[in-house]
Parts: sequence; structure tokens; C-alpha cells
Amino acid sequence: MSSINDPYEDLTISKGAVAEPGTSLVNKTGTWREFKAVIDHDACTGCGICETFCPDVAAKHVGDRRYEIDYDYCKGCGICANECPVEAIEMVPEVK
Amino acid sequence: MSSMEEPAPPEPEISHDDDLFTPGHRACAGCGPALAMRYITETTGENTIISHATGCMEVVSSPYPESSWGVSWIHDVFANAPGVGSGVEAAYRAFDAKEGFEEYENHDDVNFVVIGGDGATFDIGMRSLSGMMERGHDILYIAYDNEAYMNTGIQRSSATPFGAATTTSPPGEESFGNDTNKKNMPAIAAAHGCEYVATASIAYPTDFKKKIETALEHDGPKYIQVSAPCMLGWEFDSAETVNVAKLGVQTGMQPLYEIEHGEVTNVMSLSERKPVDEYLEKQGRFSHLFAKEDGDEVIEEIQAFIDEQAAELGLDQ
Amino acid sequence: MGEQVMLKGDRAVAHSVLSTQPDVVSAYPITPQTGIVEKLSQMKADGDLRGEYLKVDSEFNAASSCIGASAAGARVFSATSSQGLKLMSEPLFTASGMRLPLVLAVANRSLSGPLSIWNDHTDAFAERDGGMIQFFAEDVQEAVDNVLMAYRVAEDPDISLPALANLDGYILTHVKEPVEIPTEEETNAFLPKREPHATLDPKNPKTMGAFARPEHWTETRYAVHDALRRSADVIGETVEAFADQFGREYGLEYGGLVQTYGDEDADVAILGLGSIVGTMRDVVADHPTSVKIVKPRVIRPYPVEALREALAGVESVGVLTKEVSPGHQSTLASELKSAMYGSGHNPTIQSYVLGLAGRDVTKAEIADIVDEVAAAASSGPSKTFVGEEDWPQLDRDILPNEVTN
Repeated sequence: MSSINDPYEDLTISKGAVAEPGTSLVNKTGTWREFKAVIDHDACTGCGICETFCPDVAAKHVGDRRYEIDYDYCKGCGICANECPVEAIEMVPEVK
Repeated sequence: MSSMEEPAPPEPEISHDDDLFTPGHRACAGCGPALAMRYITETTGENTIISHATGCMEVVSSPYPESSWGVSWIHDVFANAPGVGSGVEAAYRAFDAKEGFEEYENHDDVNFVVIGGDGATFDIGMRSLSGMMERGHDILYIAYDNEAYMNTGIQRSSATPFGAATTTSPPGEESFGNDTNKKNMPAIAAAHGCEYVATASIAYPTDFKKKIETALEHDGPKYIQVSAPCMLGWEFDSAETVNVAKLGVQTGMQPLYEIEHGEVTNVMSLSERKPVDEYLEKQGRFSHLFAKEDGDEVIEEIQAFIDEQAAELGLDQ
Repeated sequence: MGEQVMLKGDRAVAHSVLSTQPDVVSAYPITPQTGIVEKLSQMKADGDLRGEYLKVDSEFNAASSCIGASAAGARVFSATSSQGLKLMSEPLFTASGMRLPLVLAVANRSLSGPLSIWNDHTDAFAERDGGMIQFFAEDVQEAVDNVLMAYRVAEDPDISLPALANLDGYILTHVKEPVEIPTEEETNAFLPKREPHATLDPKNPKTMGAFARPEHWTETRYAVHDALRRSADVIGETVEAFADQFGREYGLEYGGLVQTYGDEDADVAILGLGSIVGTMRDVVADHPTSVKIVKPRVIRPYPVEALREALAGVESVGVLTKEVSPGHQSTLASELKSAMYGSGHNPTIQSYVLGLAGRDVTKAEIADIVDEVAAAASSGPSKTFVGEEDWPQLDRDILPNEVTN
């Protein structure tokens, strides 16, 4: 898992309101989605196009040519499903 | 608990520790410019200082106290990112020559990058950009072009193409939408003496990244303009961003080329250039051209303009 | 005591800046500041100025490049006047929010319209609310010295704000006076190395210029407000250190924020900023009335306590100012009144708007004002113009017909 720097913990305004790297990670944009990307790992060829075209870096190579969706940040845009050359990604309605 | 059950697969180790543009940013789902920000930082790496103009990418990435930027980054005002960047680059030249400033990175090791949207680049920031280029600063300027002032709600910029609907160029009883062609910023950059100028598209990331690398190998000011469709402003489904960008290239609406030492080179030629309709019909901002009487005349005008541009560039194989 | 040389004001300021060896000088010409940037150009061409010199495209980008360089950790300098300062305004205001030190010499000049190249204080006052420290100088020596003091205060890590070193355009920039110029060694001893709270160095990346939401913005603004108020103490320490090292004193009795001349016990006072004080001193030296001259050295941080102290025994004070806020009154008078409010001391305050766009302020005019102010000590304020503010130089014969008052 990523090391998340939570800037809201004990927040005091820094001099000049300077912000720190990595702090956007506290904002779990996965809560936005209406559809989630689901990878069929049997169909997946490990080409990496999903990772290439995800605006939110939410499709990630986790090793051995396996790709996983980071549901903390997946906004459900559907680009990965649209671009996958073997249609291994389905956009499934998010059930809450 | 059955002993016959297979053990659950291990939790996937997804880490964002190496991302220089981290998720959690507030860009729309399917945002084209966000892809551009990823490709830029992935290519320029850690030894980068970015000066960034006000606009969508600046706003979605820096709501205090959150930041998506893993590299040094400064935003000041809408019109002055190149001016601010000029000061940063000059400071590093000064530090190189100064005793007691050895802890600062060497000027030649740092990638000085300035980023702005089309509004910041083509319009309000042009003066600042012109000065930066004219003075010869060692800076790569990257314009992410989504063809309107998107962050303020889709108003027309001088990058907005002919016939496009925006809130300040809406179609109506007496209007077909935007009535000017896109300002030719790459030519303006080349006219300033930029040794390297290029156009790119988020649909061709390898090409874009290679152009960034090539640019960084040149000294002095460099300019890259990357077409980055906006699903909200251009009105298409969020899943279509890369597809629309690709069609832009394939129809000649977003030609890809380089200008080195003032000469157009490395044009990504098209064996069979698609008619502009195929690109226009995918986007709601052009839907009035298909619905209105005489809209087809406007489409013909667009096609004629693109044909001329293609001829000038030698776009057709 | 160092060696005195005869120097034109603009050149003298350039020499003072040179002694600080800024890392980045960003310059755009505007009358009457041009001599400053031209001299620095020559110094660069001769290898005396070792930092970078950017010949920028506009004052907007002069300020912007200073901001970028300051964010990177550099010592920066620019100079401007009037319309140039107005054009710098947008980025300059952000510099205080981002707590980036920078020093600007401003050759004070009228703001258009109409266009005027001559001196007054409208340009400085138009930037009053930008969260910047603003010094004023009575003569060329003080202008030279204010540059050093401005750097020390602006770059103080607890303050870290932009500072303007104002000097009257033409009156101080284009006059030759005997001055002592600090050497680089002396300035190095006076100015500690800058320790930025954050820089853009890639080894320790930061995000500068984030936007702030309603739940945070108030506190960021309060921090600037607080820093600017705290700068008053730092100015005091700076002026003391300056006196120790260079032997020139600027209002030590009032924490370096206000300086007084004339009769300390007078119950009549006149107050002004910048070079007009020199003329006041000449008038008061010969005038039969006992007068105290009160010279604020800064308009921000506003020296409330120092002014109350300086005016403690004064019954009637005349404010002579080269600016007005149209539709109300001069800001110098207005703020003095607000400073006295609640102090328990209620001197008569009469104000005089004069010297606009370089209209010469004569000793006779000042002498007349002294008489009026002295008379008002016993009779209360005279209603000569709008409320308690007069424009003594106004030529009513050439006013347009529409003027009703």
C-alpha cells in the first residue's frame, strides 16, 4: 500500500500555504464512481494499455504482467474498458 | 470453514509511492489533460521544477493542503507561469556560480518545465510566454490543449476550433458557434526561434513522451502542444477520451509534427485521412452542425480548412 | 564613517543594490526609475553584478520572475514606478500570500490618468493593501540605506514578505547628493544569508501556490496580517543594527518607524512622507512658531503606537500628503485619524493634498500651512475645503464647470 501523508491530521496552515507531495492520496476518489472497472484476469494479456490510459493511475501493474484496479481511486470513467484490445475489462454498476 | 476452500489470493500490492502525479486529484472521470500531466511527470522525472498556470489541471491538483505533485511545483497567477518559470531558471543559473549555494541542484541537471492550458498559453499568458522564449530561457513549455476555458465552465479561447459550441460561442438563431480558426501557436513558438517545437496527443503517449525527451535534449526554450480532449466541454462519454483524441489525429484536425530549427519535420502522416465528420459527430459541441439547416456548409468549411492545413504540412501519405 | 561621494539618486540606489549582490535582477524601464536599471545593466556588463539580469518584457513579468526566483531561494531585486507598479500589482499581492521576500525600489510617480511622469505618492498608496512592507526616504542617503534595511526585514525568516523602498521620482532619483555607499563586505555583515521556509529544489519538492478553500483562507490571510504587524519590531531591531554598524540613525526613539525633527515639545506638528520632509525642515528652522516635524518612515506596517507617542503632546497636526483617495480624503490623513481613535488623545488633524504630479511644494506654501495648523491648535479645525482637508495649490480658475465644491 502507498504511504499516505494525511495533511488534515493536526492541520496548521503552513507558512505561505505550502502543500506537501503525496497528500492528494487521502482523497479517495473511488467514492465518485457509478461504474467500476473489473478486469477478467483470464482474458487479460498483460499489455498494460489500461495502465497507460488511466487518468487517475488506478490501473496498476502489480508484478508478473498482472494488472489490478485500485478501487480507492477508480472513478469509473471507462477508458480502460474502451481501450482494452481484448475486451478484458467490464464496467460493472457500482452497488453500494 | 471448509478445509477444502482455496486460500484467498493475496491482496494486490498497489503502490503510488513512485507516482509523481498522484491520484486523489479532482479531475473529471476520463479527463484528457490529467493523462497529459501523468505523461509529463513520468518523462521528466524527479529532477523537475514545474511552473504551472491557473486552470483545470492546477485547480484539481492543488486544493490546500492536498497536492498531487510529487515534483517541485509553483503556481502563481493565470497569466504569468512563463515569467515565474523564467525567474526559477535564472535563479538556478545564479546558484551555479555562487559560493555557499552548493546544496542546490545544478542548473543543467534540472528540467525546467512550464505548463498551461490553452487559455493560459494562447491568450492571457501569451505576453509572458513570448518574453520567456525571446529571452532564451532553458525551459520546456507544454500547453495542454482542451480548446476552451474549461475550468471556468467552457468558454471560448483562441484555441477553440471553428464551429465549436462553448458558452461564449453558443450556436443560436444567428450563430454556428465559434467563428474563428485555432490560433497557430506552434508557428508562433517557432517564429520566436524555439529550436524545438512539437504537437502531440494524449492518444499517442509514446510519441508524446519521446517528444518531451527530445525537447529536453535541446537548450533554450522549447514548446510542445498536446491535444487533450475534455469529455465535459466537448460533450462525449468519459470512456471515449482516448478514442476522440485518436480520431482528432486521424482526421487531420490534430496533426502531429515537429518543427526543428524552424523546419517542419517528422509529420505523422496519414495513409487514409478520415473525413472530419467522423471526429465531429462524436462530440456534442458540434452536434448543432448536424442538426441545423446549413450546418453541413460549416462542416464543409472545416473540412476545407483541414485539407489546406494537411497540404501545407504534407500530412497525407 | 565611510567615504562620501556625490551621486545621482538613481545611481546611488543601484550601488546600494549592487552591494547586496542579488541573485536575480529583473528590470523593465519606466520614467523616472530608468537610471536605476540602466546603472545595474552597466554593472552587469562590467562583471560587477554577478547575478542574473533579466531584461523582461513588462513589469508584470519583472514581478513574476522575481517571484519565481524568490521561491527558488534567491535574493531578488526589481525597480519600477507608477503604471509599472500597477502592472506588477497582480503578482505582487500573491507574493505576500506565498510569503516570498523581494525588494522593489519604487521611484514614486503619479498614476494615470491623465498620464504623468512626475512625482507623487498615488502609486505607493494604490498598493497599500497588498501585504507588503513600504518604506519612504527623505533623502538619497535614506533611500540607499532603506534598500539594505528592506532586505534585512523582508528576508527575515519570521517575516518573509515583499518590501517596497519608495523614493520620490525626480526629486530624489534625479538629484545629486553626497552619500555613503555600503561596500559588499559591509552589506554581507549586515544581511544574513537567506534561510527560506521552503524552496523549489527537487531534492525536497514542495507545492507552492495551492488554492485555499473557505475553511482555510481566512487563516492564511491572518498569518500575513500578523507577519506584517510583527515586522514593526523587526524594523526596530534592523534600524538599531544599522545605526550600530553604519552610524546613521533613523528614528531610534520610535522603533525606526517614525522620525521627528524640530521642537520635541511643540504642541504644533506637521507630518509628511519622503522628500517633502526636507523642505519642512528648512521652513521650520526659520519659522517663529515652535513646530515638531513627524516623519513616518513606513506606511505598512502602520506605526500606530509610534505616531501616538510622537503626537502625545501635540494639539494640532497638519498632514501634508501627495495623494488622495478620490471620493473620500487622503489616506495618510484618514489613517492618522484612525490611529488616534480610542487613544484618548484627540488633536486637531488638518490635511493638505499637494505636490500632485510633481507640482512644486514651496517653502512659502508650507509656512502658510504651519500658520494655519498653529491657529487651529486653539480654534479647532477650519472648514476650508472638503471636511477638514484642503487642496492649497488648487487653481480654481482652470477647474471645469462641472465642479460643484
